[in-house]
Amino acid sequence: MIQLENVSRSFMVGDQQVAALREIDLHIAAGDYVSIMGPSGSGKSTLLNLIGLLDRPSSGTYMLDGGNVTDLNDVQQARVRSEKIGFVFQSFHLVPRLTAAMNIELPMILAGIAPDERKQRVAKLIENYGLSDRADHRPDQLSGGQRQRVAIARATSMHPAVLLADEPTGNLDQTTGKEVIDLLEQLLEQNVALIMVTHDPVIGTRAKRQIHMVDGQIISESGSGT
Amino acid sequence: MRWADVAQFASGSLRGNPARTLLMILAMSIGVASVVVLTALGEGARLYVVNQFSSLGTNLVIVLPGRTETAGIGPGMLLGQIPREITLDDAQALQHSRDVKRIAPLTVGTATLSRGALNREVVVLGSTSDLLEVRHMSLGIGKFLPPGDIHESASVCVLGNQMKRELFGNEQAVGQWVRLGDRRFRVIGVLAEQGESMGMRTDELVIIPVASAHQLFNTSGLFRIMIEAKSRDVIDEVKQDAEQIMFQRHNGEKDVTVITQDAVLATFDRILTALTMAIGGIAAISLAVAGVLIMNVMLIAVAQRVKEIGLLKALGAPGRQIRALFFAEAALLSIVGSVVGLALGYAGSMLIGKIYPSLPVSPPWWAVLAACGIAMGTGISFSVWPARRAAQLDPVAALAGK
Repeated sequence: MIQLENVSRSFMVGDQQVAALREIDLHIAAGDYVSIMGPSGSGKSTLLNLIGLLDRPSSGTYMLDGGNVTDLNDVQQARVRSEKIGFVFQSFHLVPRLTAAMNIELPMILAGIAPDERKQRVAKLIENYGLSDRADHRPDQLSGGQRQRVAIARATSMHPAVLLADEPTGNLDQTTGKEVIDLLEQLLEQNVALIMVTHDPVIGTRAKRQIHMVDGQIISESGSGT
Repeated sequence: MRWADVAQFASGSLRGNPARTLLMILAMSIGVASVVVLTALGEGARLYVVNQFSSLGTNLVIVLPGRTETAGIGPGMLLGQIPREITLDDAQALQHSRDVKRIAPLTVGTATLSRGALNREVVVLGSTSDLLEVRHMSLGIGKFLPPGDIHESASVCVLGNQMKRELFGNEQAVGQWVRLGDRRFRVIGVLAEQGESMGMRTDELVIIPVASAHQLFNTSGLFRIMIEAKSRDVIDEVKQDAEQIMFQRHNGEKDVTVITQDAVLATFDRILTALTMAIGGIAAISLAVAGVLIMNVMLIAVAQRVKEIGLLKALGAPGRQIRALFFAEAALLSIVGSVVGLALGYAGSMLIGKIYPSLPVSPPWWAVLAACGIAMGTGISFSVWPARRAAQLDPVAALAGK
């Protein structure tokens, strides 16, 4: 599903080149549950952005779903993001002027899906994520947990193969955080590959594969995976 | 992304920031409205002049004494010569051109009009019975000058409406006698109220037979001869005939000027159209300013909505889609601004029309089209840069709000 071969990513900071990722090799299969942990600055988020095609590797190859996606142009990248990848962010990233239902609908609007089909899918997602009485509320009228539920519904609306979560519980209290993780883990049943960046060891250790990163390198992988 | 969705998304983000949106629409609509109002004024002035000329008569050819070159000062004037005058016989000779419908010789002078103790200075017009038709005057009551020999004087006069009121009030004027200078004239008719045309207030005129006017002012020359051509197509023939006849009658000297109403009208038309376009163009500058404002505000909007743009990219929007969204916003602003501006402009034009009823204020269609076109053009072209900037944002940095 996801194959990173020898992937590096470096940034120019001032006139100094800083390596954010060093020669990463990573294979993730469909339905895998992977958590990425490590201190800040270890390159977790950079890795996630690379996998999500928001960023490009400086070197190495990235194969997604059998196709080489290393050197796609902007339009092709956008299409892959739209069709195969869902994002859940720490700070939710909901559009403040749109209602919960409209936020969920947004990826489908961008993909050009017909309005009738959109409405059906949105209705179903709203029901599945227990947002029925919140569908017409704007994000500032929702609690943190509800916001993240909207974000997860949005991320799954295009039936992605990969769901990338960057500290999805970072802005939530423990109880709501656990609810959100439960929702994300339910997606594994649909054979979605779930990749989660987190600081929280309690949450991180729930994943079958746990990847530890330091200084842009994977130093260890534990869990039931490999 | 579907067009309807693009429009809806763009209008949603415009509604999301009403103050900003209203300001931009205001700037746009002021630009459009000023183009509409100013060109309406210019066009009104043009129509006013055209109407004034038309009210002078139709298919007119006018013969004036003296050879007026473009500069207006001939060698004769420098030498203190007076050009040879045009006489009544000249006027009669002009009648021989087969394309002439009728002619009206004109002599103008001022005299004291009095009745009993009332008296005032008036402009006296000496002419013939055809003047009524040639100058498109209309008679209120009584009769106009009687037809007959052009050389024959008669002690009759036709009063302008205001003269009648000043001298007679509500009394019957027709049949009464008045004095003009040292002569007595019987009032045979009163003109209908007409107002002003070409600076001459018909209501303040007194019209007498041309021969009587010559006696009154002790002259034999005519102020001008007005010729009405049989149709619009033969105006040039009439002009040539008139020049030819006057040339022969004045011993081969070109000492008269023949102008056509059309030529004068066309000149005024050109000048005033150019003027209208000029003030329209100046107003269009305000549209360009509105465009710069839109660019400015759009750039701020891009900066403010960096996170949203990053999110849209993460959700699978390519750069061109984000560009399209910003274009759509600019286009919507321009459309709404144009519509509001047109409404304001037409309202303003109507108001001016109410205040100055004699000015036929109406915005010309080309100015309305141009105003809307420029509004769209500036709105969209000035959003190119902000839209490109939004499209080129790095999604990772944008999501982080950087």
